[in-house]
Amino acid sequence: MTQPAGSNAVAEAKAVGGFSGRRILAMVRRHYYLLRGSVPRILEMAYWPTVQMVIWGFVTQFFMGHSSWVANASGILIGAVLLWDLLFRSQIGFAMCFLEEMWSRNLGHLFVSPLRPAEFVIAMMAMSLLRGLIGLLPSWVLAYVFFEFSIFSYGPGIVAFFSCLFVMGWGLGMAVVALVLRFGLGAESLAWVAIFAFAPISAVYYPVSTLPEWLQVVAWCTPSAYVFEGMRSVFIDGVFRTDLLLGAIGMNLLYLAIGGGLFAWSFAKARVHGRLLQIGE
Amino acid sequence: MPTPAIEARALTKRFGEITAINDVSFVVEPGGITALLGGNGAGKTTTISILLGLLVPTHGTVRILGHDMVRDRYSVLPLMNFSSPYVDLPHRLSVRENLRVYAELYSVDAPEKRIMELAERLDFAGMLDRKTGQLSAGQKTRVALGKALINRPRVLLLDEPTASLDPDSADWVRSYLEEYAREQGATILLASHHMGEVERLCDNVLMMRAGGIVDRGSPAELLDKYGRATLEEVFLDIARNRTRAETS
Repeated sequence: MTQPAGSNAVAEAKAVGGFSGRRILAMVRRHYYLLRGSVPRILEMAYWPTVQMVIWGFVTQFFMGHSSWVANASGILIGAVLLWDLLFRSQIGFAMCFLEEMWSRNLGHLFVSPLRPAEFVIAMMAMSLLRGLIGLLPSWVLAYVFFEFSIFSYGPGIVAFFSCLFVMGWGLGMAVVALVLRFGLGAESLAWVAIFAFAPISAVYYPVSTLPEWLQVVAWCTPSAYVFEGMRSVFIDGVFRTDLLLGAIGMNLLYLAIGGGLFAWSFAKARVHGRLLQIGE
Repeated sequence: MPTPAIEARALTKRFGEITAINDVSFVVEPGGITALLGGNGAGKTTTISILLGLLVPTHGTVRILGHDMVRDRYSVLPLMNFSSPYVDLPHRLSVRENLRVYAELYSVDAPEKRIMELAERLDFAGMLDRKTGQLSAGQKTRVALGKALINRPRVLLLDEPTASLDPDSADWVRSYLEEYAREQGATILLASHHMGEVERLCDNVLMMRAGGIVDRGSPAELLDKYGRATLEEVFLDIARNRTRAETS
């Protein structure tokens, strides 16, 4: 045996402790290894945002000559597309990290290690950010090269709204993961489609006021409606509206609380029903 | 009296109408190797899952190294580990990457050094940079054992530790487990169908049938009690609910 004497005592000393950045980084490392080893995965992440951006870039160019509204705010459609993709990438990036663990039947190993569910969630948030940026950066660069559009040229306010969409994606991601934990891989397709239920009421391409009055009430319950209204305010009027940002932040806190609560409930139920060991392909 | 390594009291687990285990109680003292024996559906995996904290019992308590596994599991998880054919390591990561992730999760000092130690000891050094999914079943079993030992656990739970291994490799793994338990003073609880393995490795045996523990003792005590020459015969007697009078 080559183990040094006293190593158990060292491990025992480490047993007493709380939250660990090292464990969070270990999970980030695990998903980084996965991405590093798979070029198709990286290409897939960048593919759809790039295609979307190219299509909407040309649509914008067409409307520039046919619509005074778009002509007055040339970036509004392409900006909306890029921000919507960001929300989608954030949610799917979060859910995919969890699905990878289910597909590889690794949950049993993970949750008998000292990894805490909250550390796992933070690692998934970090990976969602990384996956989102990998997916979106090429489309942002191409938007600038082909259509001379840079979302960052609208100032730091847009970055604040942009961050709110990431956070909303995490809240929804936790809710989706909770459903997959509850119903198994049969619910996996929810990871891909859940976000689209929010598209009509997020007012991505039109103002909230376009919606019927009763639906406007529902729309203002989504952080994304505040973000896209805020984006239009910046693009059309050149005004950064703090009230909309605060509305988005407030709603995000609610979404994180609901998503986190659902995840915690679902995780506890999985331990009661034995799903952590059995769930897999 | 030293604190028991594992203490299960009145464990019951129900899944709806089905009772997977019923009123299971046992104590495993620190050090040595204990076997959990039983046929398919006897409740071994359910028991191990509860001991690991992956499954919450309907009734009863589990204490590992004195810590309650329902209320205080994060205090003891760094001192435990496990391996089971029911869970995998991610196939798309290399062996080295998988072990590195788990070394970090268990806060192992000098993780690369520890990985090399295990790889040399368990004979998978030549496959460290291969994808885990490309390994044979036997190679995966050895790597899974490497993961289970990455943190030098004081309590090691193994479900079918030599499944899929050829006789030579299986014998070699058994030798390593014996050595590990002896030198580290670790406690090993293993579920196995391999009676030869249990006779060779284990100081104590817990026999399970239909969700309960129906007998216990050292292999020698059980052989004597059932008047049998091998533990396999004892296993069959217990599985088929035969008494000594019926078999003599």
